[in-house]
Amino acid sequence: MWNGSNAIGVMRRASLAQMLHLTIGRVGCFLSRRAVVALTNSGVRMSSHGHQEVSDKVDMSQPMYSDRLDTPLPDRPWKDVLDSTDKSLKQKEKGPWTALSKEEKIALYRLKFNHTYPEMKRPSHEWKTVIGGMFIFFGITGLVVFWQGHYVYPPQPPTFGEEWQAKQIQRMLDMRVNPIEGFSAQWDYKNKQWK
Amino acid sequence: MFRAVVRLSTSGVRSLARTRPCFSAPLASRCYSHAKVETDEEFDARWVTYFSKPDIDAWELKKGMNTLIGYDLVPEPKILDSALRACRRLNDLASAIRILEAVKDKSGPHKDIYPYLIQELQPTLTELGISTPEDLGMDKL
Repeated sequence: MWNGSNAIGVMRRASLAQMLHLTIGRVGCFLSRRAVVALTNSGVRMSSHGHQEVSDKVDMSQPMYSDRLDTPLPDRPWKDVLDSTDKSLKQKEKGPWTALSKEEKIALYRLKFNHTYPEMKRPSHEWKTVIGGMFIFFGITGLVVFWQGHYVYPPQPPTFGEEWQAKQIQRMLDMRVNPIEGFSAQWDYKNKQWK
Repeated sequence: MFRAVVRLSTSGVRSLARTRPCFSAPLASRCYSHAKVETDEEFDARWVTYFSKPDIDAWELKKGMNTLIGYDLVPEPKILDSALRACRRLNDLASAIRILEAVKDKSGPHKDIYPYLIQELQPTLTELGISTPEDLGMDKL
């Protein structure tokens, strides 16, 4: 199906760019080109351009905010850039907190933190996605197994047939297979039936 | 075997009380490490002292709280009192409320711990003007 993927397996040492060129040139079909693009390491191609792959740069060298149950006070407040109302509220915070109204206290909390603990612990609907995905894959597997049973398996051996099985059992009984505790022990030879 | 048990008991009840209970097996060397085990009072005192530092800075408060919450315990009211006063010195009301949320979460399934803590901390909360998350309606989604 994919001639390109065989080439990649063989020519492991050749440069990726060369391989891309060769395989795309040799096999013009749409599918294989997409497969090759998907299989190659996008990082290798990106680095040759020399610019950032993510548009929103996150400076990992600065302290970062995180909502974690086990880390109540993160390295950085949620809102760093304060406008004039926030700044005046922060000034008021330096005085007695009894002078602050409930809304001001909530506002101060929201300046410093993103989610409250109950918000962090809120349940999600992810389990539905997981169970649903599981069943979808079971279904696909079932289809594959059914198709396999129909198209791939060779015809059943003759030994599985009803008549053959009957003759086989009769032969086993005639041979007195396991006559004490096992097979023939279950057969009533006098009355020609199972016990 | 009995002689070994007698030897273990006569070596001093004091040492037995200090070390963790070990099997009364013939080999006394099977006991746990001989490092000094900190008592609960010592632990509490250490943390109260930590947060009582007059010129504590924001980083130290963060580090202290995050470490304390990392332990497998709910801090005693006196430690939390010290931490809340540290928040006051740092003019940080939000962190004070966050601390209360964190200890409620630490209590886990034991629903009676948090009300006890609030009851013990009530004088401090009123004095400093710290509202609980429940007062602010932040304990609901």
